[in-house]
Amino acid sequence: MANFLFYAFAFFTVATAAGVVASKNAVNAAMCLLLSLVGVAGLFVALNAYLLAFLLLLVYAGAIVALFLFIVMLLDMKETESRGFGKLSLAAIILAAGLLVTGLSTLVTRGHLDTGNPALTPALGTDIKLYSYQLFTTYLLPVQVMGFLLLIAMLGVIVLSKRWEGSDDVT
Amino acid sequence: MTSATLDHYVLISALLFAIGLFGVLLRRNTLVVFMCLELMLVASTLALVAFSRFNGTMDGNVFVFFILTVAAAEVAVGLAIIVALFRKRQTIQLNELNSLKN
Repeated sequence: MANFLFYAFAFFTVATAAGVVASKNAVNAAMCLLLSLVGVAGLFVALNAYLLAFLLLLVYAGAIVALFLFIVMLLDMKETESRGFGKLSLAAIILAAGLLVTGLSTLVTRGHLDTGNPALTPALGTDIKLYSYQLFTTYLLPVQVMGFLLLIAMLGVIVLSKRWEGSDDVT
Repeated sequence: MTSATLDHYVLISALLFAIGLFGVLLRRNTLVVFMCLELMLVASTLALVAFSRFNGTMDGNVFVFFILTVAAAEVAVGLAIIVALFRKRQTIQLNELNSLKN
């Protein structure tokens, strides 16, 4: 059953991620991104990281995709995506795709990452206490830095989106 | 159907990352490029969580915490930049944003 869920969520995630790239409309792309994130959250659940799955849904699907949709609808841009590629870019795309296929097929056929039996390895991600313990001991400094980062980001967004006197806005 | 191992998760993560990278390279709409960047970040978090689960460590999971925080800050600033850009230039198509060339 767990295996079936893994394959279902994996397929779902990759298919909707391809939808993000393929969809012409930015709103559709945002919706596909949302579905892909839900799929990744499902994979997190399969990995016993329940808190992270919840946080992913909350932060990404709740806040970030909503912000994206808000901006997409606010900007209301015209759908003029020119799809022509030059010769050099086309060659680069083919080369990159070939390398990608080679790398992934190598990973599938030969790659064997050395790990223990997952049934025997303790699933530490289930224990919320461990997260807080780590965050307040080993990773205390990064937590502080993250706080400053969020503060600076907030200030930066305010400065960026403020209309300054004498700025030559088109509208 | 074999049990899902670390290889499977890393493969899915690599696929997601590759799809995001192709989106960044192929699309010309700045917003969609930005979404694909987010997809790449999420792919890396999936790899971190998988490695953490299969090695019985906690560090990967805690890193995902920080990645989520940075992603939230990054999206806020990035979208503010895109809005400012749109106000200034009335376009966010990447091939029309070439004022730094000559």
